[in-house]
Amino acid sequence: MTRFMPVIHVLLLTLVITAPFLLPDYRSSLSALWILIIVALTWDLTGGQMGYNSLGNIFFYGTGMYVAAIITIGIAYDVGEYTDAAGGGIFAFTPTQYFMGFGFGLIGAGLFCAACAIIIGSVTFSLRGPYFAIGTLGVAIAAGELVSNWEWVGGGQGISMPNYPGEQERLFTYYSFATVGVVLYIFLRWLYTTRFAAAMNAIRDDEEKAEAMGIHTLRYKLVAWAIAAFFVGIVGAIEAFQALHFEPLETAYQTINLGIFMVVCVLLGGKGTLWGPIIGAIMFHVFKEITWNYFLGWQWVALGALIVVTVVYFQDGLMGWLMSKKPEWFGIRVETRDTSTAEAAE
Amino acid sequence: MNAIIEVSGVSKSYGGVKANSDISMQVQKGGITGLIGPNGSGKTTLFNSIVGYHPIDKGSIKFEGSEISKLQVPAIARLGLLRTFQQTRIYGAMNCVENMLISMPHRKMTFWDAFSRNDAEQIERAEGLLDFVGLYEKRYLRGGSLSFGQQKLLEFAMALMNEPTVLLLDEPTAGINPTLINGLIDRLKRANSEFGITLFVIEHNMRVIMNMADHIYCLAHGEMLASGGPEDIQNDQTVIDAYLGAH
Repeated sequence: MTRFMPVIHVLLLTLVITAPFLLPDYRSSLSALWILIIVALTWDLTGGQMGYNSLGNIFFYGTGMYVAAIITIGIAYDVGEYTDAAGGGIFAFTPTQYFMGFGFGLIGAGLFCAACAIIIGSVTFSLRGPYFAIGTLGVAIAAGELVSNWEWVGGGQGISMPNYPGEQERLFTYYSFATVGVVLYIFLRWLYTTRFAAAMNAIRDDEEKAEAMGIHTLRYKLVAWAIAAFFVGIVGAIEAFQALHFEPLETAYQTINLGIFMVVCVLLGGKGTLWGPIIGAIMFHVFKEITWNYFLGWQWVALGALIVVTVVYFQDGLMGWLMSKKPEWFGIRVETRDTSTAEAAE
Repeated sequence: MNAIIEVSGVSKSYGGVKANSDISMQVQKGGITGLIGPNGSGKTTLFNSIVGYHPIDKGSIKFEGSEISKLQVPAIARLGLLRTFQQTRIYGAMNCVENMLISMPHRKMTFWDAFSRNDAEQIERAEGLLDFVGLYEKRYLRGGSLSFGQQKLLEFAMALMNEPTVLLLDEPTAGINPTLINGLIDRLKRANSEFGITLFVIEHNMRVIMNMADHIYCLAHGEMLASGGPEDIQNDQTVIDAYLGAH
């Protein structure tokens, strides 16, 4: 398997680059798929590798959107004046202002979200299991409500972004997402070979033991969440440019949509693996596109059914199922004499 | 010999239950100290107090001369004061070698060290210690797939990997097949004599503790009942009474 990895990676990269030309009608759909892949991969960093199931990662997505908007608008205009005029006055952006806003917006969103993760995490990481999930969900919901009452950034009306100065907006968006996704994949592939990943897995398997062994548990938890927040913040920032106009509750801090989708993607594909979240995101995206297109009116019912079936019958996801059937594919060795007990223990 | 752990006047109660009251004791550097007592006498509570698992109500705990009773668990572990658990704890989804590698001494590991891979020297050391406890053949099996006794050996090997100064063992032989106990005693003694690790052991198996320890403390009802060499303890009438329920 490892022998073919370079070839597989070259093929995948070619596919990533050519996809918007192979499927020109599906460019926005492919961008949406990248969002799912990135948020699923980053969710799995804490959820799958470290055992901390956050329901609040959407906070970084929404915050990333707003940070990008504030930076982009702030470069050219006064943000309060701009949002006050919402729709009334037309504010033009030069291409230079747009791309400066895009560059600084993405970096600013990533860094700001990482800093938020460290500050919020130092409080929420004292919670364990379901309490952590609910605590982080609370943060995301509260942030949405706070921003929707903050008139300077447009309040509940939301905020408008400048138009893309050119023709190929969809291609630009696609390649922006794809670049972040590929960088994230390469980064995680490396990260999961380091001691850092081993420390995260130790925290997942038995945090009390990890503490008793002297592992800097809080430090690793904060850094892991900050890495996740950095990438989710950047994805939110790109989405802000794609969306053109967004508001706090339904688009930015969309706890019940993307906030839940990212968890479902990881569960479908398999927690705690590099490829599980990616495969899960693809499966979920296809399911979502089909139900939204052909079963309109029933799409939420179908989605609810998918979540229930996944959580009840398919907790380990596709990769988890493969791992228990074919452990040798994953380099997991089980005792040959006594396979049944080894498998039961997994 | 001098005291490496000094516990003086430590009290701890849970609600109205006095788990430890006014306990004073010392663990001598380089030795093997035993802690015995009937069930519910407060042995594990004392262990937990020493390693910082919960705050103590009163008293002082010193490790190598400095007060540690206010420190958190990971900070105390990084000082070189390590404990194993009564209910064995290992990382179930990781294989034995991975379990060992992440147990490297974290006091020596800087933040940036976390972002590198383990070097050959550490892997060799991990495998050497797995060989020392007799798990070399099973080194690539998942921790969770091992039997209870093997997990106990793995936990012991992980503790050695951490290069502790003092190792607190909570019932190292509980649940282990009697034929394996002698081998374990031998390895514990070798950890003490060859690696120079001071041991502080809670043990119910009298044969084991009398065989190993050079000094024994006996707790009953949260109070220090007796202390002395194995001979003295064996002949102490209050200890015998405590175990037979005549206290």
